[in-house]
Amino acid sequence: MNTSRPIRAAALAAALVTAAGLTACSGGEDDGKITLSVGLFGDFGFGPLYEEYTKLHPDIEFEERISEFADHHTNLTTHLATGSGAADIEAVEVGYISQYTAQPDRFHDLLDLGADELEGQWLDWKWQQALSADGESLIGLGTDVGGMAMCYRRDLFEAAGLPVERDEVSALWAESWADYVAVGEQYTADTGGYFFESSGNMFRAMVEQAEEGVYDREDNLIVESNPAIGEAWDLTVQAIEAGMSNRLTAWTPEWNAGFNEGTFATIICPAWMTSYIETNAPDAAGLWDIATVPGGAGNMGGSHLVLPAQGEHAEEAYAFIEWLTAPEQQLKVFEATGNFPSTPELYEDPALTGLTKPYFNEAPVGEIFTAAAQAVRPQYQGPLQGDVLATIGQGLGRIEDGSQSPEEAWSQVLSDLESF
Amino acid sequence: MTIAAKGTGRPGPAGLLRYRLDLKASPYLYIAPFFVLFAVFGLFPLAFTAWVSAHEWSLLSDERVFVGFGNYATLLNDPYFWNALGNTISILLLATVPQLLAALLLAHVLTLRLRAQTFWRMGMLLPNVASVVAVAVIFSQLFGRDFGLINWVLESVGAGRIDWQAGSATSHIAIAVMVAWKWTGYNALIYLAAMQAVPREVYEAAHLDGASRLQQLFHVTVPMIRPTIVFTVIVSTIYGLQIFAEPQLFGGGGQNGVTGGASRQFQTLTLYLYEHGFNRGFEFGYASAVAWTMFAVIVLVALLNYLFVRRIRSAS
Repeated sequence: MNTSRPIRAAALAAALVTAAGLTACSGGEDDGKITLSVGLFGDFGFGPLYEEYTKLHPDIEFEERISEFADHHTNLTTHLATGSGAADIEAVEVGYISQYTAQPDRFHDLLDLGADELEGQWLDWKWQQALSADGESLIGLGTDVGGMAMCYRRDLFEAAGLPVERDEVSALWAESWADYVAVGEQYTADTGGYFFESSGNMFRAMVEQAEEGVYDREDNLIVESNPAIGEAWDLTVQAIEAGMSNRLTAWTPEWNAGFNEGTFATIICPAWMTSYIETNAPDAAGLWDIATVPGGAGNMGGSHLVLPAQGEHAEEAYAFIEWLTAPEQQLKVFEATGNFPSTPELYEDPALTGLTKPYFNEAPVGEIFTAAAQAVRPQYQGPLQGDVLATIGQGLGRIEDGSQSPEEAWSQVLSDLESF
Repeated sequence: MTIAAKGTGRPGPAGLLRYRLDLKASPYLYIAPFFVLFAVFGLFPLAFTAWVSAHEWSLLSDERVFVGFGNYATLLNDPYFWNALGNTISILLLATVPQLLAALLLAHVLTLRLRAQTFWRMGMLLPNVASVVAVAVIFSQLFGRDFGLINWVLESVGAGRIDWQAGSATSHIAIAVMVAWKWTGYNALIYLAAMQAVPREVYEAAHLDGASRLQQLFHVTVPMIRPTIVFTVIVSTIYGLQIFAEPQLFGGGGQNGVTGGASRQFQTLTLYLYEHGFNRGFEFGYASAVAWTMFAVIVLVALLNYLFVRRIRSAS
């Protein structure tokens, strides 16, 4: 009796551990229901759509995991490499998509699951971006695109004696980025305030508009040789030296607060940015407005939804993302958040083109972003696009905080990029 | 009945063997779980890391090339590594020296007769209970450039704002404050425990000789609790050389959180490891080399500290 007690306890403990292990393994399938996990960075506005889909398909439920932008992609890469931990459905931002299309075997091929019949649904370049390097498989379906506009503070423009109406504001820099910088120099000299929030953002916008960005089509880094990058760098440095930058880092608390406090007068606005402004600056309703961006059209940001191959519910997950990225649902997301659809069919739809946002002084966001999206000339995105731009952004940051001269910063950027 | 039978019967040869085996082997069996767990979760990873560090080993590719000490050679030639080492030691000094001195003083105050003694003593431990991440997030806000409380106070007394993140020294101070905030109380409690073991007669004798409270602290207490001081110095050194969450969160996420600011002005050794192991290239081989180098640095610094602190007795 005395000796058997510990043995029994041990057996019980072992049984418990096994039981716990079993329940952990079976997560995702209880009483015939399937729970699809969805890994996102930030809120994509999918909440009401999960509910709608569960109503249509009562045996599908959702679990959303939201992480920070940079962490999200690092974690996804780790989970893919180790073969476990990824969600059934993962969002990938355009700056990172090429990194994943280079390893298509780590994802379910959506062409096998039914996407082969849908090609015409998306903007052509949005579709292309998710194709594997050999063009044989497709890893993701497009959600939104980030056609660019320029958001500005009406109250600050008025105080600086600048025009306030959006057409007149657009006309200020209709010609080029140099005009934008000239207006900014004037603004900063007259008011002492900042004209934009971060120089890295302005630099990125100019690069996205160029014919070629930081990579050529053979995935060679062309940061040093591409004249468009040199011009963008020089103009950005000019803006920094004129004191136009608020020197904020995107997604930090200070950056968030800046929208509400009105510490800067303009910010480059891809469609998805409008929802960030609305959330971060609830008190500034009616003060922000939207004009066109200088330098022509360009795309900044936007995402795809991918299905990692380690996910077990490929068909169910595919059925969901096909439904979720269909024009109808993309329109709902746009209405709720401002993330602009990647399906051109909608660009003719008055429900989209006629949409205005009260927060932005009734700006016709449908019209503005439709024009922006239609004019985009697709730019090739290389494998480490996001990291390259972040490294250049840090170079600009070193000029901003005065720790380096523009020449020193540029040569450090180039030497840092050598290790890529 | 059965008990009586067992007690009176002579044990047979099998019973004797079992008895001797029990006597010899049991103690080892009792302590074995620790060593087994240590071997699995401590020793094996340590050895495996050394093995990985001798390879060109990336999480993203299946090819693993043996490079011997190649990773270590690259490491020692990388100015960013030396920068990270410098930052780490600077933050270590800024965090540990004031922290341990403050802990000593606090512990001394706690030995005095106070009202609500337990309240004060437990209060010491509260910052240590808070999670590192919570502490780092809150202090990053306090040290914010535009809307931080500290800059607001500085400005209202006319001292002007400081961009804490941008400068080397300022960012090191901000991070050191986070570390000191978390660990001062903890060390104070350890000192307090040691101080209470010091015999009262020694103080009475010092008192009769006319020593003031402060003289008693430095000439009686400190030499008497020397082993405890050695312990805290070494433990703080080990912790300080591995600081990660504080600078990572202070950098504000994204690239600045990985490189410790745009100029790498507050990138610590662990952040440097993280930059190579869990970022872009997932170079586990190189990151393992960083880990082993860190291990060597920690042993070296801890040894130096030990030799330094051991001089306390001879100095008094």
